Amino acid sequence: MSSEWPLWEVFIRGQHGLNHRHVGSLHAPDAEMAINNARDVYVRRNEGVSIWVVRSIDIAASSPSEKGPLFEPSNAKVYRHPTFFDIPDEVGHM
Amino acid sequence: MYAQMVKTDAPRIKSRSEMDPRERAFQERIDAGQKIEPKEWMPEGYRRTLIRQISQHAHSEIVGQLPEGNWITRAPTLERKAILLAKVQDEAGHGLYLYCAAETLGVSRDALYDQLHSGKAKYSSIFNYPTLTWADIGAIGWLVDGAAIMNQVPLQRCSYGPYARAMVRICKEESFHQRQGYDILMKMVKGTTAQKAMVQDALDRWWWPSLMMFGPSDDASVHSAQSMAWKIKQNSNDELRQKFVDQTVPQAEYLGLTVPDPDLTWNEEKGGYDFGEPDWNEFFEVIAGNGPCNAERLGARRQAWDDGAWFRDGLTAHAEKATARRARSVAAE
Repeated sequence: MSSEWPLWEVFIRGQHGLNHRHVGSLHAPDAEMAINNARDVYVRRNEGVSIWVVRSIDIAASSPSEKGPLFEPSNAKVYRHPTFFDIPDEVGHM
Repeated sequence: MYAQMVKTDAPRIKSRSEMDPRERAFQERIDAGQKIEPKEWMPEGYRRTLIRQISQHAHSEIVGQLPEGNWITRAPTLERKAILLAKVQDEAGHGLYLYCAAETLGVSRDALYDQLHSGKAKYSSIFNYPTLTWADIGAIGWLVDGAAIMNQVPLQRCSYGPYARAMVRICKEESFHQRQGYDILMKMVKGTTAQKAMVQDALDRWWWPSLMMFGPSDDASVHSAQSMAWKIKQNSNDELRQKFVDQTVPQAEYLGLTVPDPDLTWNEEKGGYDFGEPDWNEFFEVIAGNGPCNAERLGARRQAWDDGAWFRDGLTAHAEKATARRARSVAAE
């Protein structure tokens, strides 16, 4: 038997009020053990307040070749940034 | 270093005109300081070199637990024992971060373990020396982790994203390792004559193997040149060794110890120490598997893996049953 345990991606919320952030991955037989292992591997020094684990195969990711279609459209739309508009100084902070 | 003499498959470095367009674009990204991420195209040699280097680094962290683990049950106080346990646990963690980084390059964890257990993969020569006294635990933290830091700090800027990020986590923790080692020795040199002699003996035995950790001079090595072009490696072995000696000698003097090198002298002109050559025959023997503890270390790793098989299988069986149970209860609703 002895098949390899599945791979899990680990996300930690560093402090209350912050997003969970990807910190790395690990192998574990199930979600409960993945959280236990994440405690030992990724939070040995008070790094957070909450742990998420997700099976790596369940993550859908964009491929590097899709970079153009995904990110270029926003580059062309500079008017989405507030700095696009000149507001006279007399108007004050806006 | 933790990864010594990593081969790159390169007979020589390709010039720009010899590279195909993809290789050239890749090299330009590296030169511009961009990080390479797992799913992106990379030359096969880059991928294979990284797998070799990262896995050798990971194996070193894992095997590196053994010499220190030898003293957990014999630490002189409960506090020292707790500190050593935490340190050894960190080494396991470092190994795991690194295995995960290697896996992003398309190699499986089991394949990496198999390479270690079969003796095919290398790990750092330093872990094939025995820990005979408690002073050795101090010397390892001070010298071995000190040498590791020299190498790992520049690796945080490595071109491969997952490796560089693993290095950032590791470097944050290494400083604790070096300081706890030096703290052990500071305490011992203030102790009895016998304790001080024990510290000197540890330095005598660990000094040269620590210098060997950086590997032989690689100024003429095509593998090193290729690794540097790919920004997998940032400094030459001799550069890092020099830095290590310059940093460590004053620390030895503070402890009142004598560095076991008759050729060690301060060179005002270069602003660094001149020092003797390690015994490279010994280094090559240890790398080839003939060091004092090679068989013991590998034997311990294999036994741990084999003895843990029933437990790994048990957890897998439990996870499968729990999944099936959940599926049945959903179906019944």
